[in-house]
Amino acid sequence: MSKQEQHWEKTRNLLFITLAIWFVFSIGIFLFGAEMQESSIRPFGYPLTYWFTCQGSLAIFVILIFWFAGRQEKIDDEFGFTEREGDQ
Amino acid sequence: MIKGKFIDNLPKVYGLYTGGFLVFIIIMAIAEQAGMSAKMIGIFFVSFTVLIYALIGWLSRTLQTDAYYVAGRQVPTVFNGMATAADWMSGASFVAMAGGIYFKGYGYMALLVGWTGGYVLVASLLAPYLRKFGCYTVPDFIGTRYGGNLARFSAVVVLTVASFTYVTAQINATGTIASVALDIPFEIAVYVGLASILMCSMLGGMRAVTWTQVAQYIVLIIAYLLPVFWISNNIGAGFFPHFMLADEVARIAELEGQFGFVKNSAADLATVPKGLSAITKAHSAVNATPWAFISLAVCMMAGTASLPHVMMRYFTTPSVRTARRSVGWSLFFIFLLYSSAPMLATLSKISLMDPNLATGIIGKSITEVQALDWYQNWNQAKLMFVSDFNGNGTLELNEFFMKGSAVVLATPEIAGLPYVISGLVAAGGMAAAMSTADGLVLAISNALSHDVYYKIINPKAETAKRLIVARVLLVLIGFAGATIAALEIQGILGSVIWAFDFAMSGLFFPLVLGVWWKRANAPGAVAGMLLGLISGTAYLIWVRSGGSGFLGITQLTFGIVGAAVSLVSMIVVSLITAAPDAATQKMVDDVRVPSGKTILGKQH
Repeated sequence: MSKQEQHWEKTRNLLFITLAIWFVFSIGIFLFGAEMQESSIRPFGYPLTYWFTCQGSLAIFVILIFWFAGRQEKIDDEFGFTEREGDQ
Repeated sequence: MIKGKFIDNLPKVYGLYTGGFLVFIIIMAIAEQAGMSAKMIGIFFVSFTVLIYALIGWLSRTLQTDAYYVAGRQVPTVFNGMATAADWMSGASFVAMAGGIYFKGYGYMALLVGWTGGYVLVASLLAPYLRKFGCYTVPDFIGTRYGGNLARFSAVVVLTVASFTYVTAQINATGTIASVALDIPFEIAVYVGLASILMCSMLGGMRAVTWTQVAQYIVLIIAYLLPVFWISNNIGAGFFPHFMLADEVARIAELEGQFGFVKNSAADLATVPKGLSAITKAHSAVNATPWAFISLAVCMMAGTASLPHVMMRYFTTPSVRTARRSVGWSLFFIFLLYSSAPMLATLSKISLMDPNLATGIIGKSITEVQALDWYQNWNQAKLMFVSDFNGNGTLELNEFFMKGSAVVLATPEIAGLPYVISGLVAAGGMAAAMSTADGLVLAISNALSHDVYYKIINPKAETAKRLIVARVLLVLIGFAGATIAALEIQGILGSVIWAFDFAMSGLFFPLVLGVWWKRANAPGAVAGMLLGLISGTAYLIWVRSGGSGFLGITQLTFGIVGAAVSLVSMIVVSLITAAPDAATQKMVDDVRVPSGKTILGKQH
């Protein structure tokens, strides 16, 4: 496998992990909205589903993007595909 | 004065600007104490901020194509994040979203999840790759990746339909705010809003829009957060509302149980001015089916990843790496406002409903409420209404009506804050609507001037001529948008949601598969764009004209139909036609590697 193919395989795997986490917090948990609302876990005292819609999921997305960016930079570095000054 | 040195000095420049703006707020507060009228304060806030944006727009004027189209590709990560956040948060986010949550509760909170979750798709699927491509516009990517004028033109069509729907809503929002703050009729206020929008974008294109959007973000975030914190402290709910409003949320549920949701008769409702509604849904209960919630969230997420005015912001960063990080910063800045919207809705509701608070009006006598200053102002603007339907003399929950877009604008007054805060909120709403309208008008006119005029009609046109065409188109599109906005066909939130569905129907899969599926070819992409857009639109028209729809897909989520048709037709047509040639396959390989030259040159 060429260097470029390996790089793309790793990039694709990272995409799948990122999208899986994204799926859980944007779609997955809301399949159980009514059940979660009754849960005794109440972040800051808010009902659980309510909290996820107004803070939880949103904050997770912010962290997820920075984590994704960091991992992708590592992959690019590993294969020497990081941009250099004057590339663009 | 804006080259090189300006970029290095950005934190200082915007730090001074923020300080200056805070000083301005304090001066206004002092002026209010000294007896300046509410009307004058509103006029000062809106006109002062708009003049500042116009000044930035004028200072950023340019005669170079790469500055005009992509701000010279030198916008630093964090500042591009702020600019994107302003570009993104429109009149719908600022003015209408908290109102939607206020009236509909959980069902509309899908917008919060959808409008943030979409950025994960932007960061992982598209932004870095489109940045590597080095295009000026989104159709530029489609046209080069798939090849051929038909693909390019189809992308322009989808872009124009989606962005134009969106921009009418924004001009509508600037008109609503300008008419309330400046006290002029809506039909005229719409054109005042348009003039301000054009001043920001016409001379400097993307460069001017970038630096005004950063300035607008600063105004809008201060304007949104200040009242939330102030009201929360004022009513003793806690000094940091985001973590401390659980008791208020519970209290609202208790009061809702006590007042009950009485259904108004059709005859009673006929006396209520158009577009106003009463609270009919519980505040924090899960009152939508999982599918209703998820389908709306999915449409907003896919729409986010297909809207050209957002995507083109990531063409302005210096590198692929910064484009990726910039998406994170964008979402962080958006998060600051979005996590506050449900808090604002909560505070607004408790201020109105709780009889223990001085501001509570439910349960008070109708005549007492009608005598309130703020009620009279907002009633006059046709944004608020009370009526004693059951004739018992007191105001019931079902007898208080408000327009969704008035919730944010009126809350400071309802909660008894000084008028200076209302003026600030008006300036913030204006900033939010203007910044988005700027981005959208520019996205449309850039696509028409670069992709249709330069790439298809007259490829030999000189730079000066291209930029004149771009500016003429900008003005024409602005006027067309204002004219349609003045007709008020659909509310602000509704049109914005439609725009996402249109974008998702036509562009989501052609963009994503362009990077992630090498086998995708031009006929497939054209079929995906056109059939997606047509089927989505047809479904919308069918449901609007009384059709029953299927699978619970409503007029707000028709993008699901469009995108499904788009995906299937794109795959089928791509597979039955010839694979893309070796040069195109090589191009896709190059896009996937961050280092090396961009696919399209710096000037093209």
